[in-house]
Amino acid sequence: TNTQEKQYVGFATLPNQVHRKSVKKGFDFTLMVAGESGMGKSTLVNSLFLTDLYKDRKLLNAEERINQTVEIIKHTVDIEEKGVKLKLTIVDTPGFGDAVNNNECWKPITDYIDQQFEQYFRDESGLNRKNIQDNRVHCCLYFIPPFGHGCMKALHEKVNIIPLIAKADCLTPNEIKKLKDRIREEIDKFGIKVYQFPECDSDEDEEFKQLDKELKECTPFAVIGSNTVVEARGQRVRGRLYPWGIVEVENQSHCDFVKLRNMLIRSHMHDLKDVTCDVHYENYRAQCIQEMTSKLTQDNRMESPIPILSTPDVETEKLIKMKDEELKRMQEMLNKMQQQMHDKDQ
Amino acid sequence: IKCRELISLVNEEKRNLNLGGHVGFDSLPDQLVSKSVTQGFCFNILCVGETGIGKSTLMNTLFNTMFENEEASHYQNGVYLRPRTYDLQESNVQLKLTIVDSVGFGDQINKEDSYKPIVDYIDTEFENYLQEELKIKRSLFNYHDTRIHICLYFIAPTGHSLKSLDLVTMKKLDSKVNIIPIIAKADTISKSELHKFKIKIMSELVSNGVQIYQFPTDDEAVSEINASMNAHLPFAVVGSVEEVKVGNKTVRARQYPWGIVQVENESHCDFVKLREMLIRVNMEDLREQTHTRHYELYRRCKLEEMGFMDTDPDSQPFSLQETYEAKRKEFLGDLQHKEEEMRQMFVNKVKETEAELKEKERELHDKFEQLKRMHQEEKRKVEEKRRDLEEEMNAFNRKKVAVETLSLSQPLKKDKDRKK
Repeated sequence: TNTQEKQYVGFATLPNQVHRKSVKKGFDFTLMVAGESGMGKSTLVNSLFLTDLYKDRKLLNAEERINQTVEIIKHTVDIEEKGVKLKLTIVDTPGFGDAVNNNECWKPITDYIDQQFEQYFRDESGLNRKNIQDNRVHCCLYFIPPFGHGCMKALHEKVNIIPLIAKADCLTPNEIKKLKDRIREEIDKFGIKVYQFPECDSDEDEEFKQLDKELKECTPFAVIGSNTVVEARGQRVRGRLYPWGIVEVENQSHCDFVKLRNMLIRSHMHDLKDVTCDVHYENYRAQCIQEMTSKLTQDNRMESPIPILSTPDVETEKLIKMKDEELKRMQEMLNKMQQQMHDKDQ
Repeated sequence: IKCRELISLVNEEKRNLNLGGHVGFDSLPDQLVSKSVTQGFCFNILCVGETGIGKSTLMNTLFNTMFENEEASHYQNGVYLRPRTYDLQESNVQLKLTIVDSVGFGDQINKEDSYKPIVDYIDTEFENYLQEELKIKRSLFNYHDTRIHICLYFIAPTGHSLKSLDLVTMKKLDSKVNIIPIIAKADTISKSELHKFKIKIMSELVSNGVQIYQFPTDDEAVSEINASMNAHLPFAVVGSVEEVKVGNKTVRARQYPWGIVQVENESHCDFVKLREMLIRVNMEDLREQTHTRHYELYRRCKLEEMGFMDTDPDSQPFSLQETYEAKRKEFLGDLQHKEEEMRQMFVNKVKETEAELKEKERELHDKFEQLKRMHQEEKRKVEEKRRDLEEEMNAFNRKKVAVETLSLSQPLKKDKDRKK
């Protein structure tokens, strides 16, 4: 160990430094929930974060909902656990799928997501970037009714979608399995890009890999949420009390809630943010720039040059190069003729 | 789009909630760390100091590695920067380390421009990052960051004060990079001299407004150690890769007839302090400061230069669309202008070349004519000669005939003579 100590430079502490700084800075996360009313979205969010975000909520009755447009409501809360601070924003979409004609119900949601991207793009391109707030939607939990189907295609390339089977306590294990298979088929058939768990590192241990495999095979998760605490098997747990038994939210044989929570919060929260920043936002940004410049281009000689870049136009550069070469060729010809005449002289 | 935000009873936009149990997001820092470790880290050090002051040796000592180095010559006629990148690994952490050496610094007689290549290098690295950031299709998350995170400025151990070159250079660099000044070859200064020297240096820096890097004291975990280290600046260091036996241990040291200077002995020099601060405590902060402070400053200046503003003169925020349109018009205008210029230049060049070619043609023609004339002259001469020759030949033939006829008639005469 004496030699080991001598060899030790010390940059192996970098991860600790990163850890320390990140704890100091705090984290933020924006979660969107989408699905028809009464699917249990609010209950699930409360169950996930073990708190009550919806204390002052007012629910509309059926009459008020006939021509209901989709609203977007944001709740932001600061929560802390073991010194780690999280600014959590839940984006609710009440009215989604509730009206009689739901053709346009996707639009407010995609508009909202795009708006957040645009705001971030604007902030990022500004001169003073000291206090940019990241309001981009990092994840969308999409609630599929246990007896129906959903249509996630409008969202799929804008945000990480995690499809969930809501109110899974009205399905038997067999029915759940069939529904999951059907949904997976539909997802494949329509080419919907839902959030993919990143591949396991090859150097992870076998147990981890096994868990990871199980997780992936279990999607879409069938979940149950609860705002009430009941007594089951001698413990106080979150659950739903029925005449025929007690459904425990955190019991893995009752539903996939624990898997969802582990995945969403404990292991992949940061990856969801990264995919949003590195993939969805970058796609939006690239598209936005190209759209803006093609709209303003009347001159179709140029291939949309980007005003922000100070490098000259690709097409013009090519032109310049071509002309340069022509000039060079002519110069060479001239030189050759001169040489020939010189030889003739001699 | 309507978006309502629920405002809580507390007069803030957000409210603090108590959690009913363990949710699990306390693993967020670990998730972040695990991702960073997979990606690997990179760190870029710039060493500025006179030739022979010990920059390479210090790097070797700090990182416990023999980086390949030839000794630099003292006869460079300018300053140039030599970056070298190395991949290091310690436990599971991978570090891409780039060491940039300033070669030739301080060797010229006129050092007025010595700082320029250094400033240019730093700006170039910022520019590269900015270009990447402005691309349409960019990949910032796996971009190899080459911006300089720390500049170690090596002060010669004169014992008096800073050199004027030091002051000028540091003043040029302090708004562009984190600077940590260090006293090199500190084994030539005694303890009492060192104390006075440090005070003099710091007071000169302060009175000239040079902003050196301050170890951060806002994080309780490290504020104490950082604050105490701030008081020891500039660090007086000694570097060595040679190992000497002291007592029953082998340590890195320099052996003199009068004693052994141990690199890692804190009462001999501040090497351990430097290593602690630079690598073990504040490496991440240095990277962060470079990105959020120095790079942002560069970016802001650059964009302002290019004509972007956050607000127009009436201080209404520009919409992105308008900025684009305005810039685009300007750009197109510039482009057209440039094209015109180029076209004009091309036309002129063509005309020139044409004129040249015509001139050459004329010359050729003239030459041809001349040659032709010469040829004809020659021909004439030859013709003349031929005629002359012919004449001569004719004359000769005539003479020949005459002689022949004469000789024919002569023998008759002889006969006649005999008959008599």
